Amino acid sequence: IGHGGGGKLTQRLIDTVFRPAFAVSDEDLTCDSAAIGRSEFELAFTTDAYVVQPLFFPGGNIGSLAIFGTVNDLAMSGARALAISAAFVIEEGFAVTDLNRIVETMRDAASRAGVRIVAGDTKVVERGKADGVYIATSGIGEIGSRALIRPQEVRVGDAVIVSGDIGRHGMAVMAARESLGFEPPIESDCAPLFGPVSALIDGGIELHCLRDCTRGGLATALIEIARCADVTIAIEQTKIPVSGPVRGACEILGIDPLYVANEGRFTAIVAGGDAERALSILQRHDDAAAIIGMVGERDGSTDAKIRTIGRTRALDLQTGEQLPRIC
Amino acid sequence: MLHHPRPDILSPISRLALTISGCVQGVGFRPFVYRLANDEGLAGWVRNTLGGVAIEVEGEYRAIERFVARLNAEAIAPAVIETVATRELDPRGAAGFHCLASVAGDEACGPILPDLVVCDACQAEICDSGNRRYRYPFTSCMHCGPRYSIIEGLPYDRERTVMRHFPMCSTCASEYSDPDSRRFHAETNACPKCGPQLALLDMEGSITDSPSEAFDKAVTAIRQGSIVAIKGLGGFQLLVDARCVEAVATLRARKRRPAKPFAVMVSALEHVREIAEVTRAEEALLRSAVGPIVLIKRLRHGQVDLAENIAPENPLIGVMLPTTPLHHILLQALGFPIVCTSGNGTSEPLAADDEEALARLSGIADLILTHDRPILNRVDDSIVRVIDGGNAILRCARGHAPVVLKGNVKNLPVVALGGHLKNSLALGVGEKIVLGPHIGDLDSAETRILFDCSVERFGNLHGVKPCRIAYDGHSGYYSTAFAEAAGGPAQKVQHHLAHVLAAMAEHGLTGPVLGMAWDGSGDGGDGTIWGGEFLLVDDSRWRRIAHIRNFPLPGGDSAIREPRRAAIGALSQCYGDALWKREDIPAVASFSHSERAILRTAMTRKINAPLTSSMGRLFDIVASVLGLRQIVSFEGEAALAVEFAAGCLRNPTALPAPILSQMNGSEQIDWRPMLETLCESALQGVSTDELAGGFHVWLSKAACLVARRAGISKVVLTGGCFQNALLCGLVAKDLREAGFEPFMHRKIPCNDGGLAVGQAAFAASPLTQEEG
Ligand SMILES: [Fe+3]
Ligand SMILES: [Mg+2]
Ligand SMILES: [Zn+2]
Ligand SMILES: [Zn+2]
Repeated sequence: IGHGGGGKLTQRLIDTVFRPAFAVSDEDLTCDSAAIGRSEFELAFTTDAYVVQPLFFPGGNIGSLAIFGTVNDLAMSGARALAISAAFVIEEGFAVTDLNRIVETMRDAASRAGVRIVAGDTKVVERGKADGVYIATSGIGEIGSRALIRPQEVRVGDAVIVSGDIGRHGMAVMAARESLGFEPPIESDCAPLFGPVSALIDGGIELHCLRDCTRGGLATALIEIARCADVTIAIEQTKIPVSGPVRGACEILGIDPLYVANEGRFTAIVAGGDAERALSILQRHDDAAAIIGMVGERDGSTDAKIRTIGRTRALDLQTGEQLPRIC
Repeated sequence: MLHHPRPDILSPISRLALTISGCVQGVGFRPFVYRLANDEGLAGWVRNTLGGVAIEVEGEYRAIERFVARLNAEAIAPAVIETVATRELDPRGAAGFHCLASVAGDEACGPILPDLVVCDACQAEICDSGNRRYRYPFTSCMHCGPRYSIIEGLPYDRERTVMRHFPMCSTCASEYSDPDSRRFHAETNACPKCGPQLALLDMEGSITDSPSEAFDKAVTAIRQGSIVAIKGLGGFQLLVDARCVEAVATLRARKRRPAKPFAVMVSALEHVREIAEVTRAEEALLRSAVGPIVLIKRLRHGQVDLAENIAPENPLIGVMLPTTPLHHILLQALGFPIVCTSGNGTSEPLAADDEEALARLSGIADLILTHDRPILNRVDDSIVRVIDGGNAILRCARGHAPVVLKGNVKNLPVVALGGHLKNSLALGVGEKIVLGPHIGDLDSAETRILFDCSVERFGNLHGVKPCRIAYDGHSGYYSTAFAEAAGGPAQKVQHHLAHVLAAMAEHGLTGPVLGMAWDGSGDGGDGTIWGGEFLLVDDSRWRRIAHIRNFPLPGGDSAIREPRRAAIGALSQCYGDALWKREDIPAVASFSHSERAILRTAMTRKINAPLTSSMGRLFDIVASVLGLRQIVSFEGEAALAVEFAAGCLRNPTALPAPILSQMNGSEQIDWRPMLETLCESALQGVSTDELAGGFHVWLSKAACLVARRAGISKVVLTGGCFQNALLCGLVAKDLREAGFEPFMHRKIPCNDGGLAVGQAAFAASPLTQEEG
């Protein structure tokens, strides 16, 4: 437990693990907070806590999630991340080598996303009081775009675009956690999203809403947007990009990929006239990006619906465990 | 008609008020009363009220006595008198008897009459070239025609139906006011001069022809093998030549309905005999004013060659006779049977107006034969099957709904939201429970809109404002989200208890009752999915006394389309890990090695592999093990295959008897020895039919075993599994022989279509659940 006491042991953790990885200057460490400079732009600020089992999975680990998650939350407001802080809750007895791996991943992720990790905190808790390690990150970013990007801007006739194939992160984590041997194995889609977002902004696309399709997947993101905007979003089953391995894994488990979490995918709701141009911009980042549907007038209680062959199914928020419904 | 007042100086003049409830509106009841009063020389009046019919008669006392007696004795179907309340008044010296305009009062809900198929007299008129209604598709009289589908509210009068858009011409008006006419106070009266007209639409929505050309072109198109949508009583239907394999195949492809059977409409009963073995009971059903689709045993080599793809691998065929004059003249003109299926995409509601038809049926229909009489309340065709010698309604809709059941508990108005698929609503009002028509599957966004406005309209239609909601509570049901969003008082009712209460309400049973609720799935409320349930229901308490032993269902709802999944789940409990090497078992062989590894992990780690005691899935398991179906394209397909294989139970294989074992407080029926024998016997080449028969016998033994253990004489059979005529008949027979009194559904569906009735019954008198 000694590492969390604020004494010598914590200092050693910072010196041996965090300082080399995050390349913080001596000056940063002597203060209780970091000065991150000025901005002529409007600022965005976000925070999130990361809990995942297992901590390591194909395509990433809790460290990359903690960086990309916060970077992406900023990106969804059209903001470029400037600085991130990270707080660690570490279970006593957690292997320092594992901690090292996580921290190194965070360093790489931050540099890939072009953001500095400027502040941090570490607490060590008793064995059994935490599941290995928890990380909380906060991020500050600057909003370059003048236009408001939020669900309320969504209009009837807008196009719905998804930035790449869906369902990889959730299935990769499930495979690692439950030792499911998918053939071929599935890798998380964990990635920073400001690149494609800024390309859309720079390309002059009339962006109305951006939403990362994290927990609850694409379906949940669309339902939430539709509720805010008081519209009904209709998507086409045949246009949803799902990779072969994810499709196969979902099929055998009876899981709907629309509800599976992603960590590097977002949906963009853009003015209908800009749809094709937006798509070609996104396809430069991921050729699986696709226009999957349209925003329509509010259709009764239905937030989002999916047209499959011969029928239109309403999409609902999923609550807890899915139980069979067919009698 | 001559009226002879019979003066009798010994009998004083009196006046009597009668309040009549029952099925007395829109069935020619007022004209009947009018004639009776005149016949007895009585003065006074009759009128429709919200609750039924009100009458005041004045005259000689004995004549009034005779009037009352004849009222009860001579009322003819479809009119049904439930109660007659009388009150003596002071005579006023009135003269003449009158049919008065209705007054909307605050009486409790009266029944709305269902739509009625065209009667013989109207049929004769439209076939008579000398009649002014020759070939007129909207001919009706007080004995027939649309009712529920065109009604805006009660009391039933022309101004509260869509017929108010069609003012009667002078000829129609004189029929309407002539007491000797079949159209005396017939609210749907119309003729070619003043009534609705046909029109033909192409798929762009432009009207192409005059009414008569429209009809002729539609006929020609069907003859040529095209798919024609027509506006029927309660919604659009799709028609094709039933003899033409290509036309049926096109319809299947366009409707994305690969195998689910289609119904056939045949011009007359004698022609039904050319395609099916019709029993007397089925004949009566076909000819009834309800006009349902009747599931009948198909003739293998009939006189008319029906396209094989109408009902692939199915010994039954759904048949109906012409519903409306339009169907009648259409079939007359065609001279051959037609496939007649609902005008909708899979699980969507019927299209009800031209705009919807154009939107939903584009890509399916080639032409639309429509008309200008609006459909206010959509209603699909009803489906009936003769089970254990009686009629069992499988889909409660046109001609049948709304169904009124008399309860014995006075209730605050409640609307019950039903299940998720095969949804229908029920209204609990006063001592009655009214079951509304089939709405559909609430996965569909379109059906949800129909559901939402049906909840809204249902009360209005019956003149009540429900102040409570009863619902299933399954977290994935649309109705649960609806109930929770509605705010207000809401009562959750366990799925299988609702099934049992529905059956009890239908038969007016009070506890104690043993309920056998056998269906596909319902939320048990204990983290498992129920479906093979034995519930003990008392007047204030209920308890699950036994159930089918649980098994894992890998893939949850996806198992509905893949009977092999339930089979894997159950067989893993018979064979343990050895199962995975049993390549000789069809379910195992149907999965690749890596899929098997994933399924195995999914079951051990409980990833989307809920535990269930579902009877519906037990049928799936048997279908898979017997090699009948591994994957299906419509709900119930696997269970039907097992029923059809068992046929009429020739030589059923003897399987290890069902055993009850105590587990976690309730008795479990262990199916493992039975299933293992079934599986091994099938592999050794024992006839599938005999094994399927053996399974039915085994189930019936299980039913009797639990019934004996419970020792309660009244047993209700409920849940979708009892749509299986063989199972239902066998269980009922064995229970009777063992001294029990089985009750099965007749007026309302045993499947989830009847669920709302049980929910409404629960709301009227809630029961507490006791631990098993
Ligand atoms: Fe059910
Ligand atoms: Mg987040
Ligand atoms: Zn008639
Ligand atoms: Zn007329």
